[in-house]
Amino acid sequence: MFERDPLNSELSFFQKIKEIDYILLICLILLSIISLLVMYSTDGGEILFHTKSHFSKLAVFFPMMIFIAFFNIRYWHTFAYLFYFLIILLLVYVSFFGLKSSGSQRWMDLYLFVLQPSELMKIAIILCLAKYYHRIKVENVNSLTSIILVLSIIIIPIIFVISQPDLGTSVLIAMSGLIVLWLGGVKVKYFIYSFITFLISLPFIISFLKPYQKLRILTFLDPDRDPLGAGYQIIQSKIAIGSGGLNGKGFLKGTQSYLDFLPEKHTDFIFTLFSEEFGFIGSVGLLILYTIIIFRIIRIGALSRSNFSKLFCFGFAFSIFIYIVVNLSMVLGLLPIVGSPLPIMSYGGSSMLATMIGFGIVLSAKINRKQIIG
Amino acid sequence: MIKENLGIRKSDVINRRMFIIGAAKIIIFTGIVARLFSLQINENKKYLTLSDKNRIREWKLPPTRGNIVDYFGNIIAGNLKVYQLHIIPEQVENFNYLLVRLKTLLNLSEKKIQKIINLKNKLKPWDSIIVSENLSWSQFLKVNNYLYDLVGVKPVMTISRNYPFSEMYTHVLGYVSQPNEEEILENEIVKERFVPGMKIGKLGLEKTLEKQLIGTNAIQRYEVNAYGKRINQLEYQKGLQGSKIRLTVDTEVQKLSAQLLSNKAGSISVMDIYTGDIIAMYSSPSYDPNLFLFGISQDEWQLIRNNPLKPLINKTLSGLYSPGSTIKPIVALSALENNIINPNFKVKCTGKTELYGQTFHCWKEKGHGFVSLKNAMKQSCDTYFYEIARLLGVDRLNVTAKKFGLGKKVLGEYFDNEKKGLFPNTNWKKNNLGRGWVLGETLITGIGQGYIQTTPLQLCLMTAQIANGGYKIKPKIIVNDDPLSLEDAKNSMELQLLQKPNTRLFKESKNIKIVQEAMFSSTNEQFGTSYRSRIDDPKYQFAGKTGTSQVKRISKRERELDLKLEQIPYKDRDHALYVAYGPYKNPRYALSIIVEHGGSGSKAAAPMAKELFKLIIDRDELRDNQSNFENINI
Repeated sequence: MFERDPLNSELSFFQKIKEIDYILLICLILLSIISLLVMYSTDGGEILFHTKSHFSKLAVFFPMMIFIAFFNIRYWHTFAYLFYFLIILLLVYVSFFGLKSSGSQRWMDLYLFVLQPSELMKIAIILCLAKYYHRIKVENVNSLTSIILVLSIIIIPIIFVISQPDLGTSVLIAMSGLIVLWLGGVKVKYFIYSFITFLISLPFIISFLKPYQKLRILTFLDPDRDPLGAGYQIIQSKIAIGSGGLNGKGFLKGTQSYLDFLPEKHTDFIFTLFSEEFGFIGSVGLLILYTIIIFRIIRIGALSRSNFSKLFCFGFAFSIFIYIVVNLSMVLGLLPIVGSPLPIMSYGGSSMLATMIGFGIVLSAKINRKQIIG
Repeated sequence: MIKENLGIRKSDVINRRMFIIGAAKIIIFTGIVARLFSLQINENKKYLTLSDKNRIREWKLPPTRGNIVDYFGNIIAGNLKVYQLHIIPEQVENFNYLLVRLKTLLNLSEKKIQKIINLKNKLKPWDSIIVSENLSWSQFLKVNNYLYDLVGVKPVMTISRNYPFSEMYTHVLGYVSQPNEEEILENEIVKERFVPGMKIGKLGLEKTLEKQLIGTNAIQRYEVNAYGKRINQLEYQKGLQGSKIRLTVDTEVQKLSAQLLSNKAGSISVMDIYTGDIIAMYSSPSYDPNLFLFGISQDEWQLIRNNPLKPLINKTLSGLYSPGSTIKPIVALSALENNIINPNFKVKCTGKTELYGQTFHCWKEKGHGFVSLKNAMKQSCDTYFYEIARLLGVDRLNVTAKKFGLGKKVLGEYFDNEKKGLFPNTNWKKNNLGRGWVLGETLITGIGQGYIQTTPLQLCLMTAQIANGGYKIKPKIIVNDDPLSLEDAKNSMELQLLQKPNTRLFKESKNIKIVQEAMFSSTNEQFGTSYRSRIDDPKYQFAGKTGTSQVKRISKRERELDLKLEQIPYKDRDHALYVAYGPYKNPRYALSIIVEHGGSGSKAAAPMAKELFKLIIDRDELRDNQSNFENINI
């Protein structure tokens, strides 16, 4: 054998560069450019705070993603649990000393930017469970201890996040965790049973919700019951999207956002602005871009030799998918309003940090797809 | 190797389960695309409309009211530019400083300042506050001079109603003012066009002709943001001024009427006996309608309200008076028409007549001796008319009086406050008072006292219809699209006569002639009651009938005292009336004059007719030349 053993030895720098998934990378760059343009539009066609801030975040996190890509995915396997516990610690810290804003306490001040640990938990939980299912024997997957263990891995961070309170993020964390359970081979009937249990206990869960959360659900069921109050966001969002039509109103010409009718247009409702200005064609184009990204991630998972990489890639692809679905369903009036950002597009440092770490790991999985993790 | 095998099996599970999820993803994404399609393609129109509704807001501006002009095209209700002062709070640097400056510049009261501060706290910072609705020119100049120091202040020019002849036409035109909530809701057109600052007609023609006068709103379309702030103007749609209305009135005659009645309570109305045009219609005293435009002050209002001469009452239309002797031409006509008497029928007047033990006095205590119809009319002998009324009966008299327009509204469609008066008959009394008619009541009805109540305009119409030879006319105050010339009016009268015999108010025209002659002698022959007010020049010569209407029953003691006017308390003095028409040879105009508590008709009312006829007849030719509206340059 002239070649070095691909199984265990490190790749050279140039080999790594050659192995990068360029299609995924180009899609990500494209998405970043679109997100910058949209942010520019939310600033009213000027380079103001949000555009600058979004740009600087991309300028920091994009190189970070490449940097992560060059690390062997083995290290993520090694430090997965540690990473998970670190985020748990941050969640604990936030629940005591976190910054408060509009009634919830989810942030910690890191001087350079404000970190929201619950966003990082979305990645940490996938890493943690991927490592767990990578290591566990197939026959133990459905044992009681295993089930209890993985459920507590999911439930512990959720308790902290819900108490912040942040329903949206905790649902996304739960979804990300559960998908790894599903991929790991937990029996279908368990999912069915727990789904039925969930449905039965739904009324009790609702009774524990905060009044504003109940209001959101009621408003979702009938936005017109309070068009200037709770229903305002969803009505204005639908008006913006609907009025976009086939071609959209044109870049920087979205009246709904330009005239401030759109709420939270920088963050959760960024798609609304995009859709108003670029219409059905633009929206479907954006969805196609996201679809390509998701399928590239899945492809990388499928190519990967190690189950850790597979589990992580599939899990991450699914959570990206879920973020998009929850966000779009929300702005399209298909789901109640839960705070959930659109990956990369939405303004927000922590969400972008978590997403970029995820993509970094995925790119690393591609580069090291032949790596066997012990 | 066992570990390896297990690994492969595990990855199979992972891949298989991934495949299931991948399928689910595609379905869900398809669902989202479908939703996008339904919102953006299917319902695009609906949401585009909603989006425009969000961002485009219309501002209606107050419409400009149509002008009202007199017969000669003089504007009697017009529009004037007024200067207003607005503050735009968001542009103000130091609000307190600005208020102090404005307070000294415009002499604003403490109350007004407080009002401005309250408004400022209530309104959005970009909504303008109206500091003054009507700045005088000097105030406007002052503000403009200090504008550099008054940041955030905007002098604005707008249009406001204006009545150039102030109180001259108040009872005809009414006035405009800010509508209250009820008035907005009850009038569909006002509701549709209402904007703050708009004024509507509250009274008179301004109210009844609201629909024609109001005009349409100018519309400004603005793009606004979510907070309602105007971002930019998209469109400006000019409004249409309300229609111009031309009245039949002559300002010169109206002016003279006002002058004659100054410091008196009363009414003058002048009418064209062929066309029914109302030449003048003045109720005295009047008040200045301009006071109401920007809200009348409490003091001014109390002054008008508490005036004992009652300026708020339109005496021409809503004042109800006993016609007194002015009814006598109708009584005489009715008696002639019903063949009760002939012109030679004579009655001996001894100064009083007895009926069932009740005494009915003639105004002349000594009596007139034997009097014929003509003399009875001329000297207004009451005894004669007691007698023919007794012979005639109230029911037959009622028929004639009704024919000539008594007991009916004259201009009812245009004036809400017009009263229809009352001409009694036996049925009326039975139905309304529940008692039978008494013959004595017929007697006093014969001299225009008792239950009978007429408005000055009714008396004017009555006289006009006697003057034109006994034909029915339709009085009007608004010039129709094609105003009738004198010839046309006369022709159409004959035409009507052929088509509708009921426009002829007499049975035999010689009876009308007799009454006309009697009225002539009353004014132009010696011993006639208005002989002293006659004009001998045939161009101006007129015929008339005086009337003195008792306000209260004269007691025996008072009759013996025979007090002078000045000795009787104002409230108890008789009303003075006069009806007349002229020129006698070729009649054209009729008038009625009433001076409340003025004493006798021959002394207080008839002299006014002399002055009026001079003016009216002098302007006759001018008026005929004006019949074509298009020639008038306004």
